[in-house]
Amino acid sequence: MENKEALYNAVLHLGDNGSILGHRLGELCGHGPVLEQDIAMTNIALDLIGQARLYLQYAGKLSGKDLTEDDLAYKRDVMDYKNFLITELQNGDFADTIARQFTYDTFHLLFLRGLSDSKDETLAAIAKKSIKEVTYHQRWSCEWVIRLGDGTDESHEKMQRALNDIWMWTDELFTQSEDEGSLVESGMLPDTSLLKDQWLNEIKRIVEEAALDMPEDQPMQEGGKTGYHTEYLGFILAEMQYLPRAYPDATW
Amino acid sequence: MVVHQDIRDVWDILKTVEDPEIPVISVFDLGIVRDVRMDSDLCIVEITPTYSGCPATKVIEDSIRQALISAGIEDFRIETTLSPPWSTAMLSNDGREKLREYGIAPPEDEETDKLALMGEDRQVSCPQCGSKDTKMVSQFGSTPCKAHFQCKECLEPFDYFKCL
Repeated sequence: MENKEALYNAVLHLGDNGSILGHRLGELCGHGPVLEQDIAMTNIALDLIGQARLYLQYAGKLSGKDLTEDDLAYKRDVMDYKNFLITELQNGDFADTIARQFTYDTFHLLFLRGLSDSKDETLAAIAKKSIKEVTYHQRWSCEWVIRLGDGTDESHEKMQRALNDIWMWTDELFTQSEDEGSLVESGMLPDTSLLKDQWLNEIKRIVEEAALDMPEDQPMQEGGKTGYHTEYLGFILAEMQYLPRAYPDATW
Repeated sequence: MVVHQDIRDVWDILKTVEDPEIPVISVFDLGIVRDVRMDSDLCIVEITPTYSGCPATKVIEDSIRQALISAGIEDFRIETTLSPPWSTAMLSNDGREKLREYGIAPPEDEETDKLALMGEDRQVSCPQCGSKDTKMVSQFGSTPCKAHFQCKECLEPFDYFKCL
């Protein structure tokens, strides 16, 4: 596969992660456990969707077909979406949302640090911009893991269960397709397989501080990058894409 | 010389364009106008977003467009740049003072900011009464760029423009 197509797919994947997780968090608008956390989650959603726009605008340019960010967000179906499965999982209870955010934010921050050294100037610029935002996200989700884990018996039990439940979706964060391998070699993308140890150390540090136990080893799920998604993605897209599909090219 | 005069005019116009969320400071004070330059007859205004998802970015672009057209400048293009990323260090001193007067605590230096957002009390001064007896309520506030604080002295809640 040509490098350009590989890059296009990789950038779509980055955009889809932000877009889908951003929409998931956006569902909590008006439903947060307390007002401040409602605002926190929608702030994070806004950052992620903003970052997704930057990636999708870039993907549009790389497509060579004059595609816009909206074309890419609204006119692709489930099989064309390349986001990590973890980003499309349902919000569950507050502990589930925190566990998803904690494991993803910690990865996201490490990934962006690597991406900021990318030989691709646009990706490096997006990464440098995003790092500042994701630093806040990760600080927030770590604090909540600690607060819930080291809180009451009930919050501890719920946080532990949520962490155990999310675990099977975390290994996909470190998988690498053949195309991505070639982009890593040419210095365009960081090597995610090298980030796993750092990620695990950071997770362990917080889990320990939260008086929680690390989840047991278990079979892992993957497939998002190649278009094999959970049943949940279709529901997000149905809601997100309804308007532009029902009224194509409608404008304000 | 004529070209330089034009560029100065454009900067002067930009100093009158208000931020849509915080209407006391201009886009110039906010530090989001990166550059104004002439490319033969075309004026290029380079802006940078504060936060990637800041919904004000599009409104700001429209306001700049409106202001330039009203001033009779028609040959221009607004470009968005991401690098180097915007930081609160780009806020003008004037802008900081205007924020405080408006009731938003301006960003502290990076070290103090870190302590404040890690939950350390007494770091940020209340923009209402000036007391340092303040505490963070939430890292995330009414807009992406602000955190939510409360003053324990005068009991007023206030926004703190956090470091980025």
